[in-house]
Amino acid sequence: MLKIGVKDLAKYPFLTEAGEYLRNTGLSLEQLGHPDWQPIVEKAYGRIVVASSGQIYGSDLETLDNDSELLSFLVAIILLKSAGIATLIRRFSLAESRRAERYLQQDLWVSRDKKNLELPLKIIRDLFAVNVSIDNEDFVIKVPDYLHRAIHFHEKEWKLVNRRVANGLVYLSAHETVRLIRAELGEYINGKIQSVNVDSVPQIFRQRVEDLVALAKKFSDTTYVSSEYPPCVKHGIEVLEKGENLPHSGRFLLATYLLSKGQTVDQIAPLFKNAPDYNERTTRYQLDHISGSSGSGTKYQCPSCEKLRSESLCFAIPDCDGIINPVQFGKKRKSQ
Amino acid sequence: MNEKNALLIESAFKEYYFNRFDLIHVPQRATEREFGYQKFNSGMTRHLVVKNDKELHLMLMKEVPSDVYCSNAYYMFPNLPMSEKDWKGADMIFDIDAKDLALPCRKDHTIFKCSSCNNSVTEFQSQCPKCGSGKFETTSVICKNCISESKKEVTKLVDILTTDLNVKKEQIQTYFSGNEGFHIRVTNADYEPLGSQERADLVDYIMFNGAIPESFGIRRQNNSKSLLPTFEEKGWRGRVARKLFSSKSKVPKVTREIIASGYSAFQVQLEEIKKTMGVRIDPKVTMDIHRIFRLEGSINSKSGLSKIQCTNLDSFDPFSEACLLGDDNVEIMADCPLQIRLKNKKFGPYKSEIVSLPKYAAVYMLCKGLGNAI
Ligand code: SF4
Ligand SMILES: [Zn+2]
Ligand SMILES: [Zn+2]
Repeated sequence: MLKIGVKDLAKYPFLTEAGEYLRNTGLSLEQLGHPDWQPIVEKAYGRIVVASSGQIYGSDLETLDNDSELLSFLVAIILLKSAGIATLIRRFSLAESRRAERYLQQDLWVSRDKKNLELPLKIIRDLFAVNVSIDNEDFVIKVPDYLHRAIHFHEKEWKLVNRRVANGLVYLSAHETVRLIRAELGEYINGKIQSVNVDSVPQIFRQRVEDLVALAKKFSDTTYVSSEYPPCVKHGIEVLEKGENLPHSGRFLLATYLLSKGQTVDQIAPLFKNAPDYNERTTRYQLDHISGSSGSGTKYQCPSCEKLRSESLCFAIPDCDGIINPVQFGKKRKSQ
Repeated sequence: MNEKNALLIESAFKEYYFNRFDLIHVPQRATEREFGYQKFNSGMTRHLVVKNDKELHLMLMKEVPSDVYCSNAYYMFPNLPMSEKDWKGADMIFDIDAKDLALPCRKDHTIFKCSSCNNSVTEFQSQCPKCGSGKFETTSVICKNCISESKKEVTKLVDILTTDLNVKKEQIQTYFSGNEGFHIRVTNADYEPLGSQERADLVDYIMFNGAIPESFGIRRQNNSKSLLPTFEEKGWRGRVARKLFSSKSKVPKVTREIIASGYSAFQVQLEEIKKTMGVRIDPKVTMDIHRIFRLEGSINSKSGLSKIQCTNLDSFDPFSEACLLGDDNVEIMADCPLQIRLKNKKFGPYKSEIVSLPKYAAVYMLCKGLGNAI
C-alpha cells in the first residue's frame, strides 16, 4: 500500500484520501464553525480570491502548516458551494489544477532518482486512467491515450508526427506528461466540487460567502462570450478559458475580431489571462500594436475565413455560409 | 446505366453470389455493425443488420446488389438512424488508391469518353473528334504498374503500423479494393475507441504531414549534432535519419551539411521525405468513423472484380485472382481503345465492334462504360 502523508495531501487536497484524513482527525463542520478556526476561513477565502483573479495560489509547504493548507482547500469548497456561482468554481478549479500541476511536475522530477514515482503516477493513473511508465529518462504512454488528449492542443509540436514514437508508445518529459492531463485535472477538481453537498453553513462562514457573491458580480460585467460570435472566435475564447495555449494566429484573430466589434484593449486584455504564458505587459503591447494605437499606427484587419481555414482555426457551421470574413458573421440573415 | 447493361451485369453478379458462398462472409462482430447495399440504378439502402453468413447470402441472392457495404464501426443499435446508433468504436481502415498516387503511367491507361456520343479516345482532347462536344468522362483500365506502386504503399503502411504503432501482423488484413487499390483493416482494441480527430492526427503521422524541423533536432539557431536523430532510432526519427544519412559512414559529413544549411533547408528536406516516405492513404476514409466500407468478398461495380483478401501481397495478381465471374461467352458491343489483360488473356483493342467475350471480360467492359449489351 502506498502511504500518502499529510504533506502529499496539502499538495493534492482533491484526492479522496484527503476526506478520509479529515474524518480520521474527527473534525466536523460544526467544529470548523468555532471562531478558533477563523484563520482557516480567511485562508480559504484568500485562496478563492487569488484564483478568481487568474493567479495561482502559492503555498510554502516547507514552513507552513500542512493541516491548514489542506483544511483551507476543503473550506474553500464549502464557501464556493454556498455561494453557488459557477464562474467562481470554474476559476478556482482551474487555478487549483495549475497549482497541483506544479507539484506533480516537481514530484515527477525530484523522485526520478529516488525511484519514488509511485504517488504522482498513481494520481495520473487513478484519476485519468492513463498508464504512465518510465523508460530511461522518459515517461511513456500509449499512442491512443496520447492522441485523446493531444488533439486538444493546437501547437504543431503536439502532433504525433513530432513526437518520439516506438512500439505503440509516445515518449514525454515530466513537463509534457503533466501538461497533457492539465485540462482533465481541472475538470476533475470541478467535478469534485460539484459533487459536494453543503446543507448548512456555520455562522462564521456567512460573511465570506456574501463577499464571494459580491466578487462574482464584478465578473459578470465583463463577460465577453456572446452567442453572436462566429464559431472560430468562440473556439478561441474557449481554448483560452480552459487555460490552453492558443497559437499566435488564434490570438490575432480574437484581437482583430473583438477590436472590429468596438471592444477596447482594456476589455480584451483580460481574456488572455488564463493563457499558460500570460504576461500582462506583452499582451497589452501586442494589443496596442494590433489596434494601431502604437507603432506604425496601422490597424490590423481580421483575417479571412480562407486564411483561418488553412490554419485549422475555422469551425464553420451552416450560419457561416456565404461569408468570407468572420466580421461578417451574423450580419447576413437568411432572407425568407 | 442503361437497363440492358444492368441486366447483363446483374445476372453475372447473381451467378457469382450464388456459386461463391465460400468467399463471402460477414466480418467478425457482425451483429454490431451496420450493413448497406446499392442496386443498379437506385439509391443506397443503409442501417441494415446482417447477423451471419446465412443472412448475408440470402440478402445477396434476393437483392443482387451492385455494391455491398459494412461499417467499420461497432454500434449498440446498428439498425437505428445515425444519431441513435450509439457508437462503440471502430476498426481502423485505410484506403490506398492508385489514382491518388500521381503516377506517370496514369495517362497511358486513362480513357476519355465523350458524354454526348460515347466515342472513346485515349489522348486528352478539348473536343470530341466525332461530334465536337467538349464534355468527357474519364475511366481508367487495369495497369500493372499502378498495382505494384499501390503495393509499395501498403508495405510502408504495414511497417508503420507494426513497428511504430504496435499493431500485430495478425490484426492487419489487406484486401484488393476491387478496382485500383487496396483496403487495409486493423482490428486492435487500443485503437478502436479513437474518434475522428484522433484518427486525423494518426493519418498525419502515417502520411508524415506537419513534421517540423525541431522534432528532428534542427532549431532556428544554435544547432548541435547531438540532437539529430540516429540510425537506430525507432519511428520517424529513425526513418528520417536512415534516409538523410543513407549509410553510417556518411553520418559525419551529412551532419555537417545539415547544420550548415540551416532551418529552412531542412524544412525543404522534410517536405521531400514526406513525398517519398509518407504513406499516401486517403485521409477522409481513415477519419470517417461512421463509414460503410465495401464488404470483403463482394463485387465492385466499377470493374466487376471482387474485393478479396491478399494473403501474399507480393505475388498477388488482382487481374486473375480477383476476376471471379463466369467464363462462358457473351456478345457485346465493345468500344475499348486499349488492350486489357484479364486472367492472362488479352482483350481488345475494340473499335465499336460486336465481340464475343468471356463473361468476366464483358462485364469489365460494361462496368467501365467501354461497351454495351446487345
Ligand atoms: S467560416 Fe469564417 S466565420 Fe465561420 S468559423 Fe470559419 S473562419 Fe470563422
Ligand atoms: Zn462525341
Ligand atoms: Zn498505371
